[in-house]
Amino acid sequence: MHQSINKPLVQVKNLNKSFGDVEALIDVSLAISAGEIVALLGANGAGKTSLINHLLGRLRPSSGEVWINGNKPGSMAARQSIGAILQATQMPGTLTVQEHLTLFRSYYTSPIPLNQALATAGLTDLVDRRFDTLSGGQKQRLFFAMAICGRPDIVLLDEPTVGLDAESRRDFWTCIRTLRSQGTTVLLTTHYLEEADALADRILLLAEGSLMHEGTPESIKQQLGGKRIRFRTTANTAHIGELLPGHTVTEYGDYIDVIAPDEVATLKVLLSAPLDVRDLSVEPVSLESALMHLSQKFAGNQKPAAAPVQESEQQSEQETTKEAAR
Amino acid sequence: MNTLVSVPIARLANIYWLESRTELIKNLRIPAFAISSIAFPVMFYVFFGLIFNRDGMSGDMPAYMLATYSVFGVIGPALFSFGVGVSVERDQGWLALKQCSPMPISAYFVARVFSALVFGLAIALILFALGYIFGNVSMSPGQWTLTLVILLLGSLPFSAIGLWLGLSLKAQVAPAVVNLIYLPMAFLSGLWLPIQYFPEILQKAAWLMPAFHLSQLVLSVQGLSLGFNSILHILIILVTSAVFLGLAFRAFIRQSIN
Repeated sequence: MHQSINKPLVQVKNLNKSFGDVEALIDVSLAISAGEIVALLGANGAGKTSLINHLLGRLRPSSGEVWINGNKPGSMAARQSIGAILQATQMPGTLTVQEHLTLFRSYYTSPIPLNQALATAGLTDLVDRRFDTLSGGQKQRLFFAMAICGRPDIVLLDEPTVGLDAESRRDFWTCIRTLRSQGTTVLLTTHYLEEADALADRILLLAEGSLMHEGTPESIKQQLGGKRIRFRTTANTAHIGELLPGHTVTEYGDYIDVIAPDEVATLKVLLSAPLDVRDLSVEPVSLESALMHLSQKFAGNQKPAAAPVQESEQQSEQETTKEAAR
Repeated sequence: MNTLVSVPIARLANIYWLESRTELIKNLRIPAFAISSIAFPVMFYVFFGLIFNRDGMSGDMPAYMLATYSVFGVIGPALFSFGVGVSVERDQGWLALKQCSPMPISAYFVARVFSALVFGLAIALILFALGYIFGNVSMSPGQWTLTLVILLLGSLPFSAIGLWLGLSLKAQVAPAVVNLIYLPMAFLSGLWLPIQYFPEILQKAAWLMPAFHLSQLVLSVQGLSLGFNSILHILIILVTSAVFLGLAFRAFIRQSIN
């Protein structure tokens, strides 16, 4: 807001971070401009929180550079321009929503009015409630109000909807959309793909510490450019994998999912093989499938974050995905 | 490029005030903290200083114990507000969130010192009233005031010790560890029983206890100390404070940035 307009709000250049032998972040570079809603997507341990902590100045890079609005992370100027929700935070339970917010607002040079913070976070009716009487969703909205109350240029949300029920999550999304309409930049981490799809202008995919893909939710689906073929069969997944080299084959309950770049060609092979194929459907690739496919291409042997898989079938599934990735 | 934003005095004062008020309200609303930190020293003084000494071992006992139980009283909130309070808020991630905000870090400590001083003041005044009314403790207004000032200033080093503990301990073990330091230190410093009644080895060990030196300073106001030079006690307290502040500073840096 107060720096030059062309400069990105967040600039990360060749960031590396290792904890002893473990490389948490490997050569990560990214830029976030004003007004963007960016989702940082990845499995647990992919490095999302490490990256956020670098932006907050809580971790120092092993090498590389991080700039917030032209300021060093952790400096007073950077802290004035960032609002944040950290993971799994609790606050003193005996203080009310208003007391917490009033205190937090006082830290900032030009905070938004208390009522506006309350309204944006949907807390107006809860203003006198003590923290320990709030539900999980309400607590999270209070943290949200605290993240935005200082009129920050950028809001960092580290897995803000983890553990919330569907309704609370939708309420929280409404808060983020309100923020977007006010032009605030948001970087949120999530492992809910629907969340990234619903909110983000741009998705950054982080796997094993590296930024392996970035683009709009649409472009990720388009890049894959395929269809998901789902069916039941008596044959096992390993067999299907052999039949369809170069395809991602996974199990979804008692269905088999195949991601096919050219669905017509794949169907020809599949249906001409001596297989008993039932309940077949062909659908556009969901973001979830797209990302799973991309992760496998990237990581080779990573186990996909797939939908329910029965215990007994897990072994064969792992083999299949390895097979498919080769 | 890196614009150093210093916080203007008026805004800083406002933050200090809000932070201190919030900290105090928070503690007052926790009965376990508010009641126990006030009730224990008061109860102990009533039992041992007033009832037990009714028919007097020596006529000085209510006055002596007013000094030592006041020391016991004021160091409790300092040790617990920092030792337990900080470790809990660290575990909650609440301290981390504040560190990511533009809160001046001094505000966090000022607020806790303020809260500990308010509790310490309340405890001291209650004990003073009990000693004056039921224990026939008589001091000049100047002596009462000096006693109070020494008590409140003297509680500050225990905030430093508490801070170091709070930054070093996990929240689950903090209350137990702080009690394990607080209670034996109180006994060994002669806060419960005058150390003249201790075996010689324990009398020597008392010199290692910061609370012993504070109690000697408070006792000297009434001429009841062991008679060592006050400067010596003050120096030892200052050195202890410096050591624990240094340890706390190191622990603070270590837990905030990797």
